[in-house]
Formats: sequence, structure tokens, C-alpha cells
Amino acid sequence: MFHEPAEKSQVKDLAMAYKTRLGVWMFLVYALVYVLFVAINLIDPSMMEKTVLMGLNLAVVYGLGLIVVALVMAVIYNRMCLVEERRLEAPASDKAGV
Amino acid sequence: METISIALFVFFVAFVLGLSFFFARKAKSAAGYYAAGGNIHWAVNGIAFAGDYLSAASFLGICGMIATAGYDGFLYSIGYLAGWIVALFVVAEPMKRMGKYTFTDALDSKFNHKGIQLAAAVSTLVVSIFYLIPQMVGAGVLVTPLLGLPHWVGVILVGSIVIVIVATAGMTSTTYVQFLKGGLLVIFSVIVTGAVLLRGLSTTPDQDGTVPYHKYATIEATVADGKAIPSDPAFRFLDAKEASGSHFVKLENAGKLGWWKQIEKEGKVSLVELQSVVVLADGSKVINGAPASKENQLRQVGNLEAIDGKTGAEATTGSVGPFEFLAKIGSPGTQVRTWKPAKFDDGDAKVTAYYPSITAGSKIMRPGQKFKVEGTPIEKLDFISLMLALFLGTAALPHILIRYYTVPTPAAARKSTIVAIAAIGFFYVLTLYMGLGAMVNAVVNPADNNMSGPLLAKSFGPILFAVISAIAFATVLGTVAGLIVAASGAVAHDVMDRYMGLKLDDRKKVRMGKIAAFVVGIIAIILGILFQGVNVTFLVGLAFAVAASANLPSIIMLLFWKRTTPQGIVASILVGITLSIGIILFSPDMYELYGKVRSDAPIPFANPGLFSIPMSFLTLVVVSLMTAKKPDAKANAELAVG
Repeated sequence: MFHEPAEKSQVKDLAMAYKTRLGVWMFLVYALVYVLFVAINLIDPSMMEKTVLMGLNLAVVYGLGLIVVALVMAVIYNRMCLVEERRLEAPASDKAGV
Repeated sequence: METISIALFVFFVAFVLGLSFFFARKAKSAAGYYAAGGNIHWAVNGIAFAGDYLSAASFLGICGMIATAGYDGFLYSIGYLAGWIVALFVVAEPMKRMGKYTFTDALDSKFNHKGIQLAAAVSTLVVSIFYLIPQMVGAGVLVTPLLGLPHWVGVILVGSIVIVIVATAGMTSTTYVQFLKGGLLVIFSVIVTGAVLLRGLSTTPDQDGTVPYHKYATIEATVADGKAIPSDPAFRFLDAKEASGSHFVKLENAGKLGWWKQIEKEGKVSLVELQSVVVLADGSKVINGAPASKENQLRQVGNLEAIDGKTGAEATTGSVGPFEFLAKIGSPGTQVRTWKPAKFDDGDAKVTAYYPSITAGSKIMRPGQKFKVEGTPIEKLDFISLMLALFLGTAALPHILIRYYTVPTPAAARKSTIVAIAAIGFFYVLTLYMGLGAMVNAVVNPADNNMSGPLLAKSFGPILFAVISAIAFATVLGTVAGLIVAASGAVAHDVMDRYMGLKLDDRKKVRMGKIAAFVVGIIAIILGILFQGVNVTFLVGLAFAVAASANLPSIIMLLFWKRTTPQGIVASILVGITLSIGIILFSPDMYELYGKVRSDAPIPFANPGLFSIPMSFLTLVVVSLMTAKKPDAKANAELAVG
């Protein structure tokens, strides 16, 4: 089905469906946070001036937050993918052992 | 200082070229040339991703935009980083699974369709060239202060070096140049940020005593017959002009001509000293009333007028912490002096006046200086359009996507994306400090904000400046190399080998790739010279819009909609490219570049994404539905009988 696939990618990825589903959900969550950020800027930009944390205004906290949250979600996503990949690979390894 | 700069520059270029020749033997096969053999470790690939992605737009452009427009420049950092979420959660692993060398391979994996091969290759070329322009502009910007060479020489220099890098070892040398550059950029940005925080804030920044702070004069005036006549008899009124909604007055003082800005406050009229560049009819330049020379250039600008309600010596903070730095600048009691340009004619002469503007810190540290979030509905739509393109553009950039083929497995593709998010995200946080650091330390060139980051480094000494400039130069090299690899793959692999069916063997495919790299490099050099002076982040923002419009709908629908047809993909790519570029070409920003009046532009906004991305999606759906194979009547009948 695939045109000239990379050699090592031919290995069947048992966790593919799970990772796709998880990725879509996590994307939607982040997109929602991002849309909210854009919406606040447009609907009530003066709200962005308000000091919310350690002398920093909402614009800075939210902006830096979007960067930090992206990394945190990325790490969580990777962890969950790894757990699922190992879970699905485990029976095959067990059989090989027997 | 020049000796250090030149020595570092030569060392770096020699090192990079040596690296390329070292790896040349690994790039004799097509897999070696286009995908570095697919054996790069995910951690190295992650940093190389950062090196590929953190282009001149990120370092030069964003720092420059933050230095002049405050938080609005940081919006680019946020949007560029957010785009990696789309890449990680939606695109990374499928891209690796479906492709081999190019983005077209992945898009065409299901269909093996000539139309897709051609359309996706054209899209790769268009996006890569759009992206190349700001990189080459950045190269020219860097070389002028670093080596004292004109802009065009810098562009040719970068173009030539990159052609050598790509033509010798393709993606292998490109990967290691990007890895090196990505790592160095982050490390030295930390050093510059640390130096900014250690220096602290002052209302009279003097670069640690090395460059005296220039206090701009204000003189009283009285208005008679519509003319602002200075009260000081040493000044003589000559003429007045109006531009960009402001009044400018030409005065003579001790035989020297100069332009001043007229302001009215509480019924009192005064004239404020500004800076000006006058281009005379014979082409010669007068800067601030005297002929332009190496010594007489525009003064670097940007400072705080008040810090948290305090002025003068008592406002000086000394070293500050990272949060304190942002809080002090964003305080309502802080006043920031930024500079804006106004252009007008004075007889045969063309005048550009750079005048100061005082803005509260609380306004600087929120959107609104560049993007009119409180403006007209069109301006608001333009803002949404930009943020959408930044969010969706990353996962559609061909030169980024090809990096997924340099690692061995989809899992490695995922992990390298996470490393990239960490490195890129950290760097983008630092851009806020470097950009604001430039804004308040009187290091911004009012005529070209692209050099704000390196000039900030220069304020800490010549060595840091030389290192940062060499890294910035490497920044351009790394990204341009990636772009040229992507473009050469589109020409040699997608078009010649697959679309035209030339069935090139490995050796010929590599040779064609090298020839394509050479041609694209030459095109990039020409465009880099033509677009001198335009903010590089602005240009990259447009490249994102084209990528998001042309490529992302096809990628997403191919992955998630089973009824996608090859005709739908082709139509979507073509509509995306045409609409996005069409809107850009007829936008107010481009009209300004053409030397025309902004309001004459037939399209009132600059960012096409909000319209071109949905239209591209819609086109794909409609065309796919129209071209879907009809159920086979005979097969259905047999099934029914069975």
C-alpha cells in the first residue's frame, strides 16, 4: 500500500491506533487553550494587562504558559505512547521467550 | 573587534565546509544524500530540528520585532512553538511511516498519482523559496556590521557556502551543521539573557559606560500662520511637512539642517529632536543633518523613560531576576521610548524621519503595538489569520518534514520532536528577554530592527558580538541548507525521477539533486538581494501561511478521511498556493513594499491563512466527493446474489 516505505517502518506498529487517537485528543486540548488565548486578545485585550502572578501580567503568564504546557503535554504523550507500545509488544516477547 | 569577528567567522565557515567534505562519502547514495541514511539518533535529530527551525526569523526577526513592538513580536514565538504540537500529535509518526525522502512521498504513499507528485513538488518549491527569502535577507543584514561588507555580498556569501554544504554531503552535512548551530544558538542566547539580567534596567542606558546615552532635545515653539516657530533664536524655521499623521518641521541651526517633530500637549507646542535620513536627488545620503559616513550613521535607540514610576538615577535597578525584569518593564508606571519611521518628500529629496514615541510598559507587554487587536473587524481577522497560520504552518513545512526521514523509526521521529519542542520552546522564552533587552538598552537600529539581537550582544563587548554574529550566520546557513535539500529533493526525486519517470539510478539522482541545489541557491541569492530591509519574521509568517494553506489540509485529510482522492489532494494544494499567494501579493503590506499606498491595496489584510486554509480543506472535500469512484454495479450485483 505504501509507496517506497522506509525499510524499518515496515514493522507493524501495534499501538498505531491508540497513538493516533491519543494524539488527536491531546491536539484538541492544546488547540482549545490556544484558541482561548487568541480569543482573550481579541475580545478583552485589556485583560491581558492585569497582573496575575509574581508581578507578571496575564499576557506574559499565558504566553509563557503555552510554551511550557506544550512541553509538558509532549512528555506525557511520549510516556503514554511508550507504555502502550511496551504493553502491546510484551505478549510477542513472552512467546518468543517460550 | 573586526579581527576577532573575521577570525571567528573564517574559523566557523572553514569548520562547516570541512564537515561537509568529511561527510561527502556518506552522501553518494540517494538515501545518504536526501535522508542522511535514515540513521541519525533521535536526540541529535531533535537538536538538528531546532537548528533547522530556529532560522533568521526566530533569532534576528523575533528579537527585532520584540525590540520595536514589544509583546507582539513574542506572539510569533508562541505561535511558532505551538505549531510543533500539531507536528508531534498529528503528523510526526505517520509522516515517518509513509515517506522515504520527501514530503511528496508521504502524500503520495497511498495513490502513486502523477498529479500529486507534481503538485506537492511545486508546493515544496514555492514554500521553500518563500522561506528562503528572509533567510538570505538575514544573511545580508549580518554581514554588514560583522565584516563591513555590503548587504549583497553577505547574501552571495551565504548562498555560495550553502550550495557547497548541500552539494557535497546533502542531508548528512546539513544535519550536523544544524545540530551544531541549534546547540550553540541556545547556549549563547542563555549567556546574552544572563548578561541582560545582570545589567538590569536604567533610564539612561550607556552600555556599561562604553557609549554615552544621547539625550534628545526638546525646544519650545509658538504657532504663527500655521508654522511652529522655535522660541530659541538659534533655530530658524524653514519648512513643515505632514506624514503618518504627524507634523515634521525643518529647522536650521548653525548652518546645519535637521528635522524635528512637532507635538502639542496641554495647549503648549514643542519640537522634539528626531533622527532623519535624507536621500538627495544625486543619490547621496544625509544623516541627522550631516553627510553619511562610517562615523555618521543613525544612532541606536530604545530606552525606558521611567521604571515603575521612577525616573533618573533612582530608577536604576541593578541586577534583576527573570520575573522581576518582565514585571518592571510591564509595570503601568514604566514608560518605554520606541521609534517609528515616517516618509515624505522634501522637494527632490526623500526624507525618512525616525521619531520617538512613549508608550506605557503595560501596553508594551500585551498585544496591540503591531497587531491591532482593538482595531477594525478586518484588523482583528488579520490577527486571527496570523495566529492560525503560525499554529498550522509548522507541520506543513517541507524542510521540517523531511527531517522525519533521517531517523530510523516512527518512535524516533516522535522522540526527536519532543527534544525539538524542549530546545525550541526554551529558545523562544529567551527571545522575550533578548528582544526586550534590546528595546531598553539603546541598541536598536531604527532603520532595520533585524540586527537588534546581535547589537544587544555587542553592547556587552566585542567578543560576545563576534560569537553571536557567527552563530547567527550559522543560523542562516543551517536553515538555508535544509531548505535547499528540500527543494532539490522536490526537483530531482519528485519531479524528475517519479513524475517524469526518468528512472534515475542512485548516482544520477544524487547528481540531479546537486544541480537542483545549485539552481535553487542562485534563485535564493537573487531574492535575498531584492528583499533587503524587510523584517524577516514578517516574511517567514507569510511562508507559514502558504505552507499551512497548500500542504496541511492534504496531510490531515489523507490521515483522517478515507474518502480523500488524489484529485482532491491536487486541487487542495493548488487552491491553497494560489489563494494564499494571491492574497499576500495584493495585501497592504506588499503594496508598501512595491512603493505604493497601503490603502490602495485591493485586499485589506496581510495574512491569508484564515481564508486560504479553510478554502483548501473545502476544495479537497468537494473535489474528493466529485471524483470518488462510484460503486461497481456488477460487483454489487454479484454481492447481492451471493
